[in-house]
Amino acid sequence: MSIKTPLGRVLGLGAAGGGAHHWWVQRVSAVALVPLGAWFVISLVTLPDLGYRTVHGWLAEPLHGVLMALLVLTATYHAWLGVTVVIEDYVPQTTRKVTALLVAQFLHLAVGAGALFAVLKVALGSAA
Amino acid sequence: MATRPRPLSPHLQVYRPMYTMLTSITHRATGLGLTVGLALLALWLLALAAGPAAYERVRGLWSTPPGVVVLAGLVLAFWYHFCNGLRHLNWDTGRGLEKASARRSAAVVVVATLGLSIATLLAALYFGAHS
Repeated sequence: MSIKTPLGRVLGLGAAGGGAHHWWVQRVSAVALVPLGAWFVISLVTLPDLGYRTVHGWLAEPLHGVLMALLVLTATYHAWLGVTVVIEDYVPQTTRKVTALLVAQFLHLAVGAGALFAVLKVALGSAA
Repeated sequence: MATRPRPLSPHLQVYRPMYTMLTSITHRATGLGLTVGLALLALWLLALAAGPAAYERVRGLWSTPPGVVVLAGLVLAFWYHFCNGLRHLNWDTGRGLEKASARRSAAVVVVATLGLSIATLLAALYFGAHS
């Protein structure tokens, strides 16, 4: 017999105060990154060259712009989830841990925002 | 407030080193490496958005010896995290968790990582003048 209250069972929250959400979204983003990551590497190695005109023209195409935006957003989210777990595991002291978690969150947001802005500028801007 | 340091979660020192353990640590290490790679990708994209001069400056960095080493490391880290990530996703379905099959899949991941990394290099050489 479980000593959990019915409310506790419904909420699904353990001693950590959080449910399976973090675990689940890490897997969902991982699944999404399988095709996106493969597309990214295959695209880069199959371009005839990596000069400015070739790469800019490639990313300016709607399909590639959308896939790149999805890639940088999903990868940033997945990286943030992963780095969060590493910090939680290896930084025992609370003040330092919370500081590291906040810094990680801000850095990931900055990387994601910067990458997304760049993709949109290339995709929506006039051909340079 | 606790004043003495609390035990660390994975508590690595109590385990006898095994190569399945090494594949797990490498998954984390490559994940952290790829996070740095993601920041470099963001810089590359921002340089592309900024114009030809900025782009060529960033591209020049990749051709330097340290740049080539970083790039090679990122390719290896990418395919390792990719393959071992698939291994983890398979485990999440409850399959392949027995000791024998976990050891076998660890070997498969290492071989696949090397194979895909070499294939990436060959494809880059075949399709373009990437140097």
